[in-house]
Amino acid sequence: MLFFQNLGNITLSNFAKLGRSSFFLMHTLTASITVLPRPRLLTKQLYSIGVLSFLIITISGLFVGMVLGLQGYYILSDFGAEESLGMMVAASLVRELGPVVAALLFAGRAGSALTAEIGLMKATEQLSGMEMMAIDPLKRIIAPRFLAGLISMPLLAALFSSVGVMGGHMVGVGMLGVDDGAYWSQMQAGLDFQKDIVNGIIKSIVLALLFPGLLFLKAMMRFLLLKE
Amino acid sequence: MGNSVDSATEIVSIQNLSFSRGDRKIFNNISLSIPRGKITAIMGPSGTGKTTLLKLIGGQLYPDQGSVTVDTKNVHQLNRADLYTLRKRMGMLFQSGALLTDLSVFDNVALPLREHTSLTESMIRSLVLIKLQAVGLRGARDLMPNELSGGMARRVALARAIALDPMMIMYDEPFTGQDPISLGTLVKLIKEMNKTLGHTSIIVSHDVEETIGIADYIYVLSDGKIAGQGNPEQIRNSDSEWVQQFMNGYADGPVHFHYPAANYNKDLFEI
Repeated sequence: MLFFQNLGNITLSNFAKLGRSSFFLMHTLTASITVLPRPRLLTKQLYSIGVLSFLIITISGLFVGMVLGLQGYYILSDFGAEESLGMMVAASLVRELGPVVAALLFAGRAGSALTAEIGLMKATEQLSGMEMMAIDPLKRIIAPRFLAGLISMPLLAALFSSVGVMGGHMVGVGMLGVDDGAYWSQMQAGLDFQKDIVNGIIKSIVLALLFPGLLFLKAMMRFLLLKE
Repeated sequence: MGNSVDSATEIVSIQNLSFSRGDRKIFNNISLSIPRGKITAIMGPSGTGKTTLLKLIGGQLYPDQGSVTVDTKNVHQLNRADLYTLRKRMGMLFQSGALLTDLSVFDNVALPLREHTSLTESMIRSLVLIKLQAVGLRGARDLMPNELSGGMARRVALARAIALDPMMIMYDEPFTGQDPISLGTLVKLIKEMNKTLGHTSIIVSHDVEETIGIADYIYVLSDGKIAGQGNPEQIRNSDSEWVQQFMNGYADGPVHFHYPAANYNKDLFEI
């Protein structure tokens, strides 16, 4: 009996959480529209969320690309197919690693900075203060950060992939002697804009919706719960 | 002072309010009213829910029972838009100041004006400078909140709270942790602003001397109940032992020095 009770409890509370998250995401999305006429709030966040993540994304992208170039070369050269290195590196970056690893790095750097910032705002009563000034913190604090994340994440993923391709080129062509022309032409021939690049961008937009959304939810949850 | 709702003389009316956090009852069926245009103090030891009371008045918390009426409107029955409209007419000064750390002093004071009015930037500038002049910090307009002392931060927050010329201001522990000079400044400011701007002030505090010096009416809270009320004179001469202990800071009295424990001798020799 107790087992069923617990099962019911867990299921219900998870559904409640899901509902709260959806409401939160919905409110954030509608609030984001109100940020658009106030570009200054947005550009500030684009800088602190996007531009400041530049370095870590570039370095990680470069090294991931170099590793792909090195290991890919060893495996492909067994079959005499090292000319396909460019395609392999680009496909794995653009379709898979770019959006996912960039999202993880983004969540690690910008996400933790954001949650810390919002946590501090809560502790120093800034959010409460805004509420009492009849300023919705969701519109003023969350929405610009959310929108900035949504804009910068696909761009950072694209940066990650491009730098990775360069890294693969550096190792494959520069050090291991794959033909330069073959590296680029194979890539160009093998990758489809619609199927690979657009899908990669869509993937990173979906992750951009989920990741910062979840981070904000964690940061805001206690604040929202206290209010109710 | 009765508890009947009389909107001409009362701005806030609290009826039969109960509120609890978890199992702990913070307020147990209290009723009080706050007169318009006066300075009303709500006093009591730490943890009696003074700040909670302000949050209930501001509609940030919901009571378990009872009602809070501000300017004839029941705060907890308003929808979000109406609540926000009402809040524009209430200023609140937080203990920490609650200034936005990424905005300068000027921008902090300008924030409510920019958010809620469509005034031109030059008009906002003049208004902000007038408000900052009132708290004596016109010269500090370009400083960031982390460059301000605690007392200055509270004065900036006060300038921000009066930016929209509210009908009442709630002060949350305005005197805590201030040096004598900023304490004197804050006391003077609260008193003068109440007189010149004609708004209602609600001060939540446990600093007896400062508060009693400026308050017109005082409520003393204890254990979720009102332990005493009246003007400063009545409170000073209250026959309630509890109020006397609080006002004079006696270490022992109705609030015992010792936290409830087993017999001392028995406790010591128990192996």
